[in-house]
Amino acid sequence: MEEEKVRIFIMGKAYEVPKSLTIMKAMEYAGYQFIRGCGCRGGFCGACGTVYRMPDDYRLMVGLACQTVVEDGMYLTQIPVFPANKATYDVEKLRPGLSDIVKLYPELTRCLGCNTCTKACPQDLDVMNYMAAAMRGDITKAADMSFDCLMCGLCAARCPAETVQYNIAILTRRLYARHVAPRAKHLASRVGEILDGAFDQSLDDMTKLTRAELEALYNQRDIEPE
Amino acid sequence: MSYTPKMNEFIQAVEATRQRRYDERHARLSPEEKQQLLEGFHPDYRPDTMRPIKVGVSKGAVMPHELVDVLESWSRLDPDKFPLDKIDCDVDVLIIGGGGAGASAALMANAAGANVLLATKLRLGDANTMMAQGGIQAADKAHDSPNLHYLDVMGGGGFANKPELVKALVYDAPLVIRWLEDLGCMFDKEPDGTMVTQHGGGTCRKRMHAARDYSGAEIMRTLRDEVRNREIPVLEFSPAVELLSDGEGTCRGAVLMNLETKEFFVARAKTVVVSTGGFGRLHINDFPTTNHYGATADGLVMAYRLGGRLVFLDATQFHPTGAAYPEQIVGLLITEKVRGLGAQLVNIYGEQFVYPLETRDAVSSAIIRECLERKKGIVTETGQPGVWLDSPMIEKIHGEGTILRSLPAMYRQYARFGIDMRETPIIVFPTLHYQNGGVDIRDDTRVTTVDNLFVAGETSGGVHGRNRLMGNSLLDVVVFGRRAGIAASERARHVKPGPLSLAHVSRYHEELEEAGLAKDKISPILLPPYTRYQSVPGADPAV
Repeated sequence: MEEEKVRIFIMGKAYEVPKSLTIMKAMEYAGYQFIRGCGCRGGFCGACGTVYRMPDDYRLMVGLACQTVVEDGMYLTQIPVFPANKATYDVEKLRPGLSDIVKLYPELTRCLGCNTCTKACPQDLDVMNYMAAAMRGDITKAADMSFDCLMCGLCAARCPAETVQYNIAILTRRLYARHVAPRAKHLASRVGEILDGAFDQSLDDMTKLTRAELEALYNQRDIEPE
Repeated sequence: MSYTPKMNEFIQAVEATRQRRYDERHARLSPEEKQQLLEGFHPDYRPDTMRPIKVGVSKGAVMPHELVDVLESWSRLDPDKFPLDKIDCDVDVLIIGGGGAGASAALMANAAGANVLLATKLRLGDANTMMAQGGIQAADKAHDSPNLHYLDVMGGGGFANKPELVKALVYDAPLVIRWLEDLGCMFDKEPDGTMVTQHGGGTCRKRMHAARDYSGAEIMRTLRDEVRNREIPVLEFSPAVELLSDGEGTCRGAVLMNLETKEFFVARAKTVVVSTGGFGRLHINDFPTTNHYGATADGLVMAYRLGGRLVFLDATQFHPTGAAYPEQIVGLLITEKVRGLGAQLVNIYGEQFVYPLETRDAVSSAIIRECLERKKGIVTETGQPGVWLDSPMIEKIHGEGTILRSLPAMYRQYARFGIDMRETPIIVFPTLHYQNGGVDIRDDTRVTTVDNLFVAGETSGGVHGRNRLMGNSLLDVVVFGRRAGIAASERARHVKPGPLSLAHVSRYHEELEEAGLAKDKISPILLPPYTRYQSVPGADPAV
């Protein structure tokens, strides 16, 4: 059975492709072998940010090529990489507040509040408002709101203030996790035990057990309840 | 998208039996039945899915056809003619592969003062690490211990694991969680800082740490950010296509290729770390896969030509429930929790055919049998087989709202394509998930049979034995990536650079000729052949 086709325009050139395909598979169907613009193929890596327009619609649409199904008349191009300002820093030496963020990314304050970044986010994140949180120095909120960011770069590509939202976002997340969230005490004490050699002998002994001895221990181990 | 009219007809059969199945408990397999099922249908047990390799240091070892195909292939380079006199980069430590293991290795080697170059095929961070959702194991709570973690890893791996590697894995686990916490990796925590930890399949303690359901992505983007902060040189879109040697069994660098311009570069290094990931995109036995685009076994191929011994590559992990429809998400993982909450596996006649919580290998085999032998599965428009996973049963058992509460990400994934898994069942088929085996290494990641070569992450074999547990792959890449960076930079201090050679490739080619193998194949393949004009049968159901 021949599947129904739709006509799409890949960087301006028309191709007939099966209508059930994602943009990514449609481009492969058309004959493109990806070098750029293709990564995990599962919606996690942000390699395949795509912008497109539909006929008779002035709006610019966005999507991940691996997660977006083709539609008849779709006129698309990928933006696999976008020139972006990335500050370098030693997260340990920073303080979790506005002043260090602005030192690293002074353009943060140029935000116009136009909300174009939010409209450009294929993850449907509230980009403008996590930027607003960053501008207030609310690291916790910026980190939380930006957590699902794939760093695809479409927000930065559309920003009239030329900020790089996703790089500011990862800075806030690292600041939050390093300086705001309380450290795990149980982790610190286990690390101390390990470095003191508390498990050296017993683990060494385990590596010398026979298969039968290991199996017996394995079958005897108690399971922590759900 | 939603379902086709034919599928909707089948759904009626599933609905018609739901009340009956609500009270029905499918019999568990007896040990004999299970063995029979595995031998008949699990790809690992089927002799027709594998063959012994005819050349190389592991000659005679049995591995999947698709892997043997790329191992029994010719180099991209003519080893007798390729010029090695012009050295384009000269470093202490060359790291090949930019996933979790490569990035961890780069950070540790850099911290040790080594001159590091990281070369990767796609972008830094384009790797399976980025896709891991579930979490990372570490025995860091008072009622847990590295010893219990050790037992779990061994039991999961069929007690075949290499003990020194398992010891390294569980010993370093709390240390790497601490390292990641220091780097500002946003783990799920209680308000007082206590790590939120859960069970995974085969764990005796709740030691699965997570970062929502973006655990791997959070770890990978933190490591990537740190590599950039330290300004470690990274060459993207520059895969290695061959390792360089001293002519014998010592590694001295690699030939890199600019993937876009096809220009070759000679990279000389005192030590080399290979961390290129696994073989998911070879589509072993024609299975769809959960893996990243770049998972084409490049590191296995290159290390093997230089004499790296391969272990446990006859054991492949298939996850029983990968999405089989809609097309957009074929191969993606449907978490085991769906079955845990009571969703049953059902054929097109509305009948159960296996107890849903048998071990992963048995459930996978039963689904394959139902589809391919008994022909009681669905075949989608793209030719993808599958069976029903009756998700509405979850709400019937636990009450309305359970799916939104317990499986929100899963719900959204299907809702995106017009499928409401609260109302209609979903279609699943086993999916190729993980390469259990790989290059044989010691606990500092040095390759047992090649000097100055280190291998970390999915490319290596032994730590997981024949079967890896959930939460131990993220752990593997960070633990052994760090160890590789430390060991390779330390070793580099004692290595004097010497002349470069591809003589090991010439010898490998001679072996291929002696074995009478055709000259039509080249590897590493670098990119899977997915366009309409490239032909690998079954590589992609859409093509």
